[in-house]
Order: sequence, then structure tokens, then C-alpha cells
Amino acid sequence: MSSGSGVGGAASLASPSRGVQAGRLIERPIVLRLVSIALFAAIWQVAGLIPVSFAFPTFSDTMVAFVRMIADGSLPTAYISTLQPLILGVILATFAGVGVGTLCGLSRPGEWLLIPVFIVLQAAPVAAFIPLVTFIYGIGMTAKTLAVIILALPVIVLNTYKAVRNVNESLLVMNRSFMGTRWQEVTKIVLPDASPVIFAGLRLGVAAGFVGVVLAELLITPTGIGDLITFARSRANYAGMYATIASVIALSTVTLVALQWIEIRVFRPEKRGG
Amino acid sequence: MHAAIVRNDAVPTNVVSDAIVEVRGISKTYSGVEALRDVDLDFPRGKLTSLLGPSGCGKTTLLKIIAGLIGADRGTVAVNGKKVSAPGPERAFVFQDFALLPWATVLRNVAFGLELRGTAKEEREAIARRYVVDVGLAGFEDKYPHELSGGMRQRVGLARALCVDADVLLLDEPFSAVDEQNRRKFQEDLIRLRTNQNKTFIFVTHSIEEAVYISDRIVLLSPRPGRVSRIIEPEIDRSGDPDRIHRDKHYLDTVQEIWQGLKQYVE
Amino acid sequence: MTLFGYRVPMMASLLVWCILWEIVGRMDLMFILPPFSDVLVAAVDLVQLPSWQSATVTTLRAFFIGMVLSVVVGIPLGMLMGRVKIADDLLGMWVNIFSSAPLSAIVPVLMILFGFGENTIIAAVFLFAIWIIVLDTRAGVRHISPSLIEMARSYGASRPALYSKIIVWAALPEILAGIRLGLIRGVKGVVIGQLLVAIVGYGALFETFSRNFRMPQFWALTIILFAFALVVSALIEWAEAKVEFYAGVR
Repeated sequence: MSSGSGVGGAASLASPSRGVQAGRLIERPIVLRLVSIALFAAIWQVAGLIPVSFAFPTFSDTMVAFVRMIADGSLPTAYISTLQPLILGVILATFAGVGVGTLCGLSRPGEWLLIPVFIVLQAAPVAAFIPLVTFIYGIGMTAKTLAVIILALPVIVLNTYKAVRNVNESLLVMNRSFMGTRWQEVTKIVLPDASPVIFAGLRLGVAAGFVGVVLAELLITPTGIGDLITFARSRANYAGMYATIASVIALSTVTLVALQWIEIRVFRPEKRGG
Repeated sequence: MHAAIVRNDAVPTNVVSDAIVEVRGISKTYSGVEALRDVDLDFPRGKLTSLLGPSGCGKTTLLKIIAGLIGADRGTVAVNGKKVSAPGPERAFVFQDFALLPWATVLRNVAFGLELRGTAKEEREAIARRYVVDVGLAGFEDKYPHELSGGMRQRVGLARALCVDADVLLLDEPFSAVDEQNRRKFQEDLIRLRTNQNKTFIFVTHSIEEAVYISDRIVLLSPRPGRVSRIIEPEIDRSGDPDRIHRDKHYLDTVQEIWQGLKQYVE
Repeated sequence: MTLFGYRVPMMASLLVWCILWEIVGRMDLMFILPPFSDVLVAAVDLVQLPSWQSATVTTLRAFFIGMVLSVVVGIPLGMLMGRVKIADDLLGMWVNIFSSAPLSAIVPVLMILFGFGENTIIAAVFLFAIWIIVLDTRAGVRHISPSLIEMARSYGASRPALYSKIIVWAALPEILAGIRLGLIRGVKGVVIGQLLVAIVGYGALFETFSRNFRMPQFWALTIILFAFALVVSALIEWAEAKVEFYAGVR
């Protein structure tokens, strides 16, 4: 990816690791990936057998616990409660973030007024706000959704802003030479050209949303996945606790890979097939 | 002056009778550097005129001012007798770096000028298909730019400019990002293409050989500040085998002649 | 942005937001939002409290140890992945997964493995910061021009010399970028860790302030944290700019 390099000065302070994260998961040959997974499971198993700690179950115990928690419905129920605010929050943050980011990229006053705020929010530990959210909205769905938005919004805004700001200048000149209007410039040049970096921002936003919702459930609202983790720990059911945590990490990884797959299939036809 | 090169008795002048583009008194200063000073220049209808000069002579600046992409500090540009200061439908631009949409197919790229004008999809694609064939890209309609070589990408850029049916085509060093072999082929094709398109071409280049090979008229610009230093009309017969031109004595003499004139500007 | 012909620096707009905050705070709309001036006064008082000072020392120590560990482990790991294909194939997937995983879910595990204390916070910082350092170091090593390495080989550089004289330096811009991003993530790790453990450092202070609705103190602590995060990343950015003058030539 060539776009999305620093805007210089302050803004680059928020550069989100050049959008590589979920990117390389798809490209790896399947055999190596399986070997890698098998190796990971084997090391986990051995570490659990030694055991490295009384609170470190083996891989097989964790898997058994995982299957049992799916069978008895506790894991699916928890996910229903966790995914609702997550999906809602991510959708709201996407619309607001891409909208605000585009505006800031196109308008200098907008950039001046809003971007520093998001740079601060991106660099700072906004997780500290999560306890505050409960003061206003209690411990329900609203608080969880807000936690997702607080964590996901800055990275989406900043990536969109950077992508729009660094749009390929020569395509803009081309548009002008063929008498494209400002509206056509935005819809036919700026947004398509910016879309890879915007999508990278969305993936980072989704990842941050997962962090937010789990954190909110661990910190303030004893529901969903967070509650399942806390509850399993309090019962010293470490296999169940690990299974829940592993399932969250797996789900977030699968979501990110799926998002990238959708991006390539639906929005970037030229990347299809290579 | 140089009778060997300019066959007609009159020395070519800045002003011609049947001019489609008239440049009058254009000056432009960029952050303290005087790119152009008081340029008067006419471009005859239906001819290919090259703007030739060393880097820093303001040739691309002049082309972009004619295109309406940048404004001049002083002076006017008229196309078909009408003053212009912004891009218009009677001019189309071919970009040095191609400026193709990477996410669009060859066909959509070629039709993009028409798409911006709001031409219906079927109509514009029918027109675009014709020009894709004309520039020698038949069969590549559904490819994406990154699947094409530099030369082929610029053919897309040329087809896009032809598609909007402008009277004047403005080409900004179109072959500078194309490798040598493809450039030769493209130059030959451009000569052929010109015979069936009744258009005026304004062509910016820094290659003397290229300018002499394809131009009806060459405007030599001198640098800092950019000014018209000479106008040459190499009367080369391009009707036969294009390879013959490269061995033509007249062609070789003209190249040598221009090089002698430009040498002084090269460090 | 320019205003009346003057260039107004971008970060200046934060002043506008502070003034807005003051106005909204004075209007007394929400009890959680005291006037900005009250927050500043509270911040001045706060830094004089022994409890803040000891919490800061604890937090900084955990942050520092965690960061040093993640740099010391992360850079060699990234170099290994950049130079050795099989290591990259086996580890790459996991590094990528963990770099974007919801690591907040792992903190409870750290709490039972490392106890309710400083070690958990150190582990959280390490876990949050290391992956991006590995990824960026790997990217930096991958971007080194092959001819530079061939040059070193042709002049007979030994393997240690190749790494210490060529690879580290050629990959330095990316490594520093990785450390900067790692520091930002590390700050998040230290805060999330302390919030969840809730009896250590700033976590305990946040807990006290929010339970007792001491909003000015709560905001003062937040602002101090934010300022710390910004200063840390600005310092590394300054170091990056120093490196850039030769990196730009590549």
C-alpha cells in the first residue's frame, strides 16, 4: 500500500501502524498456517501439562470447555449480549467517523478545529473514560455502545482524514481538466482513491471496538463475554475462562479477515485475482 | 535565416493566420522564479506543434495555462477566438503520469471524460470502445491499469482525451514514463492516428528527436525566464515507412541544428 | 489554517475546546463536567498529594519496565522474522493476530497468572506494546535494499557485523516508528491494566475519584495521563526526525 503515509507534524503522531495488521492473514499458504496453529496448540498443551501455573489449563481442556460452553448455551447467550452493542457501536462510529474524517480532509477550518481533538483521543488512553460513561448511562446497552464508539471513532476519523487529505493530486487535476464538478471530484475521485486507507481504518476501528466492549463488560456492566470471563475466574474454572478469551480473540480475528475479504471482493475489483 | 531547414521563404512567426489557440502576453512567476515572460504564440489549426526546451523553460507551465489548469499572472489565452481561463470541452489533456483511475477498467477510464459530462452509460461505452480500438488496445477493455505496461497505460490516456471529441489535444510529455521501445512504436502510431483525426495537437517534450520526428512545427523555448527563442517547421514527409524518417537527411540535420541551438542552456 | 493572514498552528484549536469546556462547565449542565479551570486547580493540588506521587512512581515504573521488555524482545523477534523466512511463516500469523486482538480480554488471565499487583501491569504493558514493535521492525528489515546487504557481504562483513553495522541502522526509522506506536499502546496497556486491577497506581486513584464523584480530580488525572501520552510520543517523534535526515536519502 502506498497511500496513507504521514501528513507530517502532529497528525503523523496518530499513524496507525501503516495498516498492515489484518492484511497478511489472508495471503499465507494454508499448509503453513495449519502448521503454525498446530505448533501453537502443542506448546500450549505442553505448558499446561507441566503446568506453568495452577491457573494454566491445557489446550485440550480449554477446547473441551469451549465445546461444553457452546453446548450449554452460555457462550452463545453471552455473545448475543456482547455483539449487539459492538455491532451498533461500530456502525455508528463508521458513519460518523467516515463523515467527519471526509469533512476534515476537504475543509481546512474543519481540519483545524477537529483533527487535534482526535489526535489527542487516538494517542491517549481513552479507556479511562469508560467508568465515566456509566455515571451518565448506567450499566446497560447504551454504556457499552458508547464504550465501543469512544474507542473506535478516533482511528476511523484519522484514517479517513489522512486518506482524503493525501488523495492522488494528479487524479484531481485530471478530473478538473475534464471539467468534473466538486461533487464528482469527491464521489468519483477522492472517496474511491481514499477507500483502501479508509477500510484499513475501519478494521482498526473494529479491533478497537472489540477492546472497548470487552473492557466495558469487565469494568462496569457484568453481562456478556466480560461477565463470563469474570464468572469463570471466580469459580476457578480456568479452562472455561481461557476458552472464552480465546473465542473473543478468534472472533475478532475472523471478523477482521472477513472485512478485508469483503473489501477486496466488493470494493476493489482491480485487486481481485491479483 | 536557415534556408536548409525552413523551405518556405518566410521565417515562421509567432502569429499565424489560421490559429486555433492564441496565446498573448502570458507571464507566470512561481515563488520568485520567472517561469514565463511575455509569451506570444499561435498554434495553427490541424497541426501538431511541439513545445521543446530544456527543463525549467516553462513548457509544461505554458501547456497547463492553455489547458486552464493553472492561471497566468498576465496575458490571455483564446481558443477558437474565445478567451479561456478554465478547462473547457474544446481542449483535452494527456498527462505525463497517465492519471488513470486504478480502480476502473480500461473502458471506464477511456469513457471517464464522458462520464463526468453525464453521457449515458451505453452511449459513452460505445464511443469509448471505438477509441480503445483506435489506439490499439482492442481486447484490453476489461483490464485494469496495473495490468498494463506504461505504453499501454498512456494509450488509455490518449483514448480518454480523444473520446471527449475536443478540437485541441494537449499532451504533457506523454512518453516520458514509457520505455524506449514502446515510445518508438507509440510515436509511429501517433503519426498514423493523426491522419484520420482532424485535430490540433500541442505536445510538450524535452526530446529533440521526438519533436522533429512527429511535429509540423516546433517552438523552442529558452529557460529562465521562459520565452520563445525560435520556431522551426521541419517539412518532413511522413506518408511512407515511418522508419525511413529516422534516416532522412533532413530529419537528421534538423535534430543537429536544434541541438546546436540548445547546447548553450545545458550545464 | 490561516486567519487574517496569520498561520494558526493546528494544535491551537485545543485552546478553543478548552474555552468551550469552561463555558459548558460553568453552565452546570452535567455534574460529570466541571469547569476546565476547576480541573486545572485540581491538577495543581493533585500533583502535591503523596498518593498521586506514589501512584505516579508505581505507574511509571511498571510502564518503563514493560516497555524495556517489549523493546528488548520485540526488536530481535522482528529482525528474526524479517531475515528468516520460516520464522516469519510460523510466527507471522500470531503476531498479526495479537497486534489487533482485544487484549483487554487477556488482562484477567494476567491477573491470575501474575497476581493483583505490579507484575500484572508490567505484563499488560508488554503485551500491548510488543506486537507493533515486532511488525514494524520486520517491515524495516524487509525494506532494506538487498544491494546494501550484498555490499556488506562483498566486503567480508561477518554476521554480527552485518546485523550491528548494517541491518539495525538501515531499519532504524521503522524500528523507531514501531517503538513510538508501541509506547502509545503501552500507555493504553498500563491504564487498562490498572483500571482492571483497580488497586494499583492510577487505577486505584481513578477508582477512588469516580466512586466519590470527585470529578475535578478525575479529569485532572485524565488530563495528566493524556499529556503524558502526548509528550512521550512527541519525544519519539523528535528522535525519528533526527533519524530521518539520512533515512530520507534511501
